[in-house]
Amino acid sequence: MKELTYKEMGLLEEEYEQILGILGRKPNYLELGMFSVMWSEHCGYKNSRPLLKNFPTEGPQVIQGPGENAGVVDIGDGQALVFKIESHNHPSAIEPYQGAATGIGGIVRDIFTMGARPIACLNSLRFGSLEDERVKELLAGVVSGIADYGNCLGIPTVGGEVYFNRAYQGNPLVNAMCVGLVNTQEIAYATASEIGRPLMLVGAKTGRDGIHGATFASEGLSSASAQKRPSVQVGDPFMEKLLIEACLELIKEDLVAGMQDLGAAGLTSSIAEAASKKERGVKVDVSRVPRREAGMTPYEVMLSESQERMLIIPRAGKEGRIAEIFDKWGLDATLIGEVTGDGLFKVYDGDVLVGEVPVAALTEGCPVYVREGLEPSYYEECRNSNLEELLEYDTGEAIKLLLASPNIASKHWVYSQYDHQVMINTVLVPGEADAAVLRIKGSQKGVALTTDCNARMVYLDPYQGGMMAVCEAARNLACVGARPLALTNCLNFGSPENPHIYWQMQEAIRGMAEAARKLGTPVVSGNVSLYNETAAGAIFPTPVVGMVGLIKNIEHRCGMALQDEGDLLVLLGPIREELGGSEYLQVCYGLETGRVPQVDLQAESRLIELLISLIDARLLKSCHDISEGGLAIALAESAIKGKKGFRIKWEWRGKRKDQILFSEAPGRVVVSLNEEDLASLSSLATQYEVEFHILGRVGSERMILEEEGIECVNLAIQDMTRIWGEAIECHMK
Amino acid sequence: MRFGVVVFPGSNCDRDCYHVIKEVMEEPVEYIWHKEKSLSGFDALILPGGFSYGDYLRTGAIARFSPIMPAVMDFAQAGGLVLGICNGFQILLEAGLLPGAMLRNSSLKFICQPVFLKIQRNDTPFSNKFKSMQVVKIPIAHGEGNYYCDPRTLQEMKDNGQILFTYCSADGEETMEYNPNGSLANIAGIMNGKGNVLGMMPHPERYSEDILGGRDGFNIFASMINWLKGVG
Repeated sequence: MKELTYKEMGLLEEEYEQILGILGRKPNYLELGMFSVMWSEHCGYKNSRPLLKNFPTEGPQVIQGPGENAGVVDIGDGQALVFKIESHNHPSAIEPYQGAATGIGGIVRDIFTMGARPIACLNSLRFGSLEDERVKELLAGVVSGIADYGNCLGIPTVGGEVYFNRAYQGNPLVNAMCVGLVNTQEIAYATASEIGRPLMLVGAKTGRDGIHGATFASEGLSSASAQKRPSVQVGDPFMEKLLIEACLELIKEDLVAGMQDLGAAGLTSSIAEAASKKERGVKVDVSRVPRREAGMTPYEVMLSESQERMLIIPRAGKEGRIAEIFDKWGLDATLIGEVTGDGLFKVYDGDVLVGEVPVAALTEGCPVYVREGLEPSYYEECRNSNLEELLEYDTGEAIKLLLASPNIASKHWVYSQYDHQVMINTVLVPGEADAAVLRIKGSQKGVALTTDCNARMVYLDPYQGGMMAVCEAARNLACVGARPLALTNCLNFGSPENPHIYWQMQEAIRGMAEAARKLGTPVVSGNVSLYNETAAGAIFPTPVVGMVGLIKNIEHRCGMALQDEGDLLVLLGPIREELGGSEYLQVCYGLETGRVPQVDLQAESRLIELLISLIDARLLKSCHDISEGGLAIALAESAIKGKKGFRIKWEWRGKRKDQILFSEAPGRVVVSLNEEDLASLSSLATQYEVEFHILGRVGSERMILEEEGIECVNLAIQDMTRIWGEAIECHMK
Repeated sequence: MRFGVVVFPGSNCDRDCYHVIKEVMEEPVEYIWHKEKSLSGFDALILPGGFSYGDYLRTGAIARFSPIMPAVMDFAQAGGLVLGICNGFQILLEAGLLPGAMLRNSSLKFICQPVFLKIQRNDTPFSNKFKSMQVVKIPIAHGEGNYYCDPRTLQEMKDNGQILFTYCSADGEETMEYNPNGSLANIAGIMNGKGNVLGMMPHPERYSEDILGGRDGFNIFASMINWLKGVG
């Protein structure tokens, strides 16, 4: 195998100089490899760390914030949720099936490493235009990769999002989130405790797959990227399933002092992370590592990203019992090294010392770059574009076009391939509500889960868009009756070395941090994926928010489907007339521009409190957040789901219908309720200072909009259902 | 009365079945690890869904050689009730306890969604709590549920009344349009000749509690209990 130079490994000249300074000598090839993966953006966060400091990370509900394998929040009764979202974008771009599958494997390991049983997966996917043949292949490959891996593990995939936009042509985003449930006293941390404790490696044998995957994930995609296909790992979900069951048995019996999964940068990273926690050192003997193929060098063993491997640091005297449990599950556990007290990471090949670097140099020693952001010119241009001159589209036609847009159309083609019911906790399945809802067996409680990001809004205004992503996630949870608790994020951007991209990162993070602070939903975990760009340019800035919430009484949960004829339809929140960044502009005019609707965090927070109160008091029959497609599409979706029509009277004479009906201004939801409950709703809305508008009534089988006795929209729900239901399926035939 | 849920490496509906028997049906239940070699004191066995041994080679093909399987065969031959759900059904086919084989779904995709089933008979240990020809809703979740057998076997099963569940519309129409996976004769579940072994692709444990969206699956377990208590 041809040796790579430090530049080919992704290190900069000044970084190489730094390594020379740290070691006081030239690193050998193995040491250079270890530095390069640990100092990659993917492992070291060298461009994003200064920005991430701005996130709020604390709150009374937070048990563990960023810094561990995943974040942990308290849900009462001695239980906690463990969760994190992570990207697998680059691998999925060149090998969609394995790229997506191993993305699931990696995030699931992060969760059970903390001692939690994984109870749900979600994923947030972005692709180029669905008209494109390669995009269809990517979608099909990614979805079947997620399905085959997650389904085999027996973890339900309960929610997520799928968007299509040319900005992701050639650089799809595959972000996977996993949520686990743990008894608070059983949470496991990745600490290397006493000196002399052995390091056990368990799970799959180590092969040559995925070497330099972390480095590859930290550079742009090009036509040469396909040659990096060997950097993509291959997944074995059966092995992962055995690891989950075996590792959770170890935790139940309190046998481990530390546990760490092997992800990006393989053994190098997991051992360094475990040792860095308490300023310990480690020595490891690569000759003991079970191999999948002969002739592997220490460099290859230390950098391999072979999947489904775990590092275990047993409690004293528990090695025997641990071996028994692994044997029960047919897994091989091998002692490969031990914790030392000298702060050094020493790699042996048998008796020969083949590499020696300070642990801290690999972890905290990773250089940090504070860059200068520069506002790009498109920002002002888009803000100032005049949308008033656009001729108004026929409302009924626009609704049909929007329903057929793959961004709004039913995602049944996607989620029917995921087992979303295994573990029999899924109370609201995909498509039934704004968030997935799971029961917690043996209690009245439920948890709600969602992922959100409207990346077009973030592109047009990263600060407002960043706030919107957090607000939409929190609002979606409130729409099912859950109190938002905390969030995880996956920050997908282009190259931070480009000042315009760095500005997008700065602004989006500023917006997210502000919203998270105001809504009381701290950031407890996350992942950064940079260099998402091709020759054609960078992706839309896409800071995906994954959020979890708690429902006090699961019986009170609320879905989005209209229920009964005669019920009132009410808009909670203001009427707003602004089309900036809307799906309507994109679908009907091919425009992605405008001043995006501004977020009012105070109002958002009051709306969330109101929704929680209304649903807890069982006053709502349906509740659906207004997002892509605006008020008109929110109403249409509730109608389609409920197989019920409705009639609305137009009360806003002289105003443009499209501006009101298709505005994607945040802070608004559409609810339906029994007329008798209107007084209660009214008094609660007054109490929380949320304005509301009675729109009309549920009834018949048509969507009717009436202005001064004339029906300006009259569509059969059945036809709308067909258009909305078949759009993605038709593309994928 | 005691239920046993057999756990193979890769089973993933074992805990769900256990939960339903224990918490919903309120009957005693135990896990049986696949390395066990004998079974005693059980009145009914459940082979749960999942991906035993990763379903490598063929679904159910490796599990069929698990140490527990000879005891499961003996239990079945002695007339004990055996319910194989999804992967459990596939294992029963591989083990020869039920006739036929599974192919990949005709769509070549995994499908997770509720389907309608017609109960063809209500005089069996597994269906006595239903009405005959009743249409029920229970979810499926599989990639290989496309049942196949040779024409003679199909005819024999029809003659013996071994076909217990068929895919249908909400109104009970048994046409290809309502067949989610391409199964021969819309077959969703079959019994052995003696009627004490049932294999079914749909997951009754997923629709045994109202909060999960439906309760039609409950009656399959209730039928078994009813039968075992001798009032079936």
